[in-house]
Amino acid sequence: MITDREEAIKLIEQKFGNRILKSFRKTKKRLYIDIKPSDVPEVVGFIFRDLGARHNISTGIDTPDGIEILYHLELDKALIIITVRTLLDKMKPKVPSVAASITAFDWIEREIHDLLGVEFVGHPDMRRLLLSDDWPEGKHPLRRDFEGI
Amino acid sequence: MAEKRRTIIPIGPYHPLQEEPEFYKLFVEGERIVDIDVRIGYNHRGIEKLAESKHYDQIVYLIERICGICSTSHPIAYVQAVEDIMGDIEIPERALYIRSIIGELERVHSHLLWLGLAGHFLGYNTVFMWAWKYREPVLDIFEVISGNRNHYAMLKPGGVRRDIDDDAIPGIIKILDDLIPVLDMFKGAVLDDPVLAARLKGVGILSKKDIVEYSALGPVARASGIEIDVRKDEPYAAYDRVKWNVITQQEGDVFAKAVVRILETYESISIIKQCLQKMPKGPIDAELKDIPPGEGIGHHEAPRGETFHYVRSDGTNSPVRHKVRAPTFMNFPTFKASVIGERVADATIILAAIDPCYCCTERMSVIDRKSGKQLLAGEQLIKLSQERTKEIARKMGRS
Amino acid sequence: MKALLKSPWVFHLSTGSCNNCDIEILDCLTPRFDIERFGMLLVGSARHADVLLVTGIMTRQSAPAAKRVYEQMAKPCVVVAIGSCSLGQGIFKGSYNAPIPVDEVLPVDAYIPGCPPKPEAMIAGVVKLIQKLQGAK
Repeated sequence: MITDREEAIKLIEQKFGNRILKSFRKTKKRLYIDIKPSDVPEVVGFIFRDLGARHNISTGIDTPDGIEILYHLELDKALIIITVRTLLDKMKPKVPSVAASITAFDWIEREIHDLLGVEFVGHPDMRRLLLSDDWPEGKHPLRRDFEGI
Repeated sequence: MAEKRRTIIPIGPYHPLQEEPEFYKLFVEGERIVDIDVRIGYNHRGIEKLAESKHYDQIVYLIERICGICSTSHPIAYVQAVEDIMGDIEIPERALYIRSIIGELERVHSHLLWLGLAGHFLGYNTVFMWAWKYREPVLDIFEVISGNRNHYAMLKPGGVRRDIDDDAIPGIIKILDDLIPVLDMFKGAVLDDPVLAARLKGVGILSKKDIVEYSALGPVARASGIEIDVRKDEPYAAYDRVKWNVITQQEGDVFAKAVVRILETYESISIIKQCLQKMPKGPIDAELKDIPPGEGIGHHEAPRGETFHYVRSDGTNSPVRHKVRAPTFMNFPTFKASVIGERVADATIILAAIDPCYCCTERMSVIDRKSGKQLLAGEQLIKLSQERTKEIARKMGRS
Repeated sequence: MKALLKSPWVFHLSTGSCNNCDIEILDCLTPRFDIERFGMLLVGSARHADVLLVTGIMTRQSAPAAKRVYEQMAKPCVVVAIGSCSLGQGIFKGSYNAPIPVDEVLPVDAYIPGCPPKPEAMIAGVVKLIQKLQGAK
């Protein structure tokens, strides 16, 4: 597990330099990286496996530009939370699944699928997690256009 | 060779003790569990969506009601997320101390509660009654400080809502001092009891690799030798101003998890006492400006592990998105690693060891997959667990 | 009805609560409050119970299960709603997953308000209910 904050950031930049669309250092302990959806498993996998980060949680947000997915990864001993962000198309939100290779992402991808209708391509076990059994297909409560069922 | 007969055990969703309803299915072959499946969602209340319709001060009350046992850990994480958005806000020193005190008091009451229920599942009902009896004085402290036994409503962005009266401090310290011999008694009862050791050691082991793979947290991770504790790793509130240790154990079994929780309670009491003594005088909240657009992350080491909140603001009165991650969300799926291969009688205590919703186990029933007939009902499963303890005791000549 | 008044056995049903009412119900059993001395007993199966204690907002997923639990109970029985959530959905009113309040799913006989109600309040509530039933006998 990596213990030096700047070293970790340098390693990420070295490996993915031109594939990082934007990066933003909010404070010393918070780093946000924007990438393309197709790069998600590789970037998140690198931070989780090679840098030894812990998966804090992932978040989905319905923004005016599209559905945004954030993967919060924490390097406990280097004291930094790295948030990997990606923007998906609103009409057909689709992103390769990280859970296919890392178990820690299993449940949260199911949850985001429930609440926002994002399709995680290659998820091993995509069943309903939170919503009730009689919840209608195709309705997603955290979408902005959701008006009840 | 005849095909092995597989049986499904559904657990839940309703249980008479406490906590949320959940529905498990255990797949068993004879005595051994071969697979497990979980269905949650009985308790999904749409809090993240509701938070988008409340303003920043109201959200504290909403998220306090996520969980009644760790009802202050969510607000602590949330107010830190809001303060993270604002960036340069200075929180008064006294407020930081009060946050730590409340957070640790909660750990004491939560660990005692867990200890009691774990005792119940093992057939030590005396432990259950005692642990809950000695938990009451802690609730009395809460009542003195906040006016309520649960749901303390102490936190707000920028500080805390209520001060701790100086006159009340000696009384609080006395109650805490009285808890030490009680903890010694529990420690002796758990650590030195050969029956418990035989029953719990080597059961439901989570290896270091499992913990990393599932990103498990809190006492569960610490019992497997992984030293993560947000209070130490990224100190907030007053945790860097007092002396305390992170408790770890190496074994990763149910016994180690119990030991971690008991020893942590001592540390918590020590933190509270140090905070009460060192707490400076002064204001308890800072004046807040408008919350600017941006995003913030806050976390707090709740009794069950790290609570994580992500808040995004667009400059209005309500957040655009408020993501709540409770520790159990990450600890829960580790069942798959810890329960498989164990006996049915041990399932209750392994499920309980993670401290999620152990009470579901009271509604377990064994159903034969072929005939669909019920073989074992709710309480019988707990009875099974209790009888196994008795059996071990008998073998050791202690009954 | 007579047996119900002398030693009511209770079953506890959480329909989407925050656990707080639930741990306070359990608290009633433990040494400080000890309702067992009145013959009240928390039982593990709805089939054995005379009183159903309901907590929580009645989420979409738990409503059918709650109904089934009620049907399993031996009649006559009484239903007690505990806590603000089960009384009027409390702070969760308007949630997409809480379509109907508890008392539209189950026939509630008594309401105990509070968030959470103190154990004393719960005991007082059950005592009042028993007195009312004695009057109706």
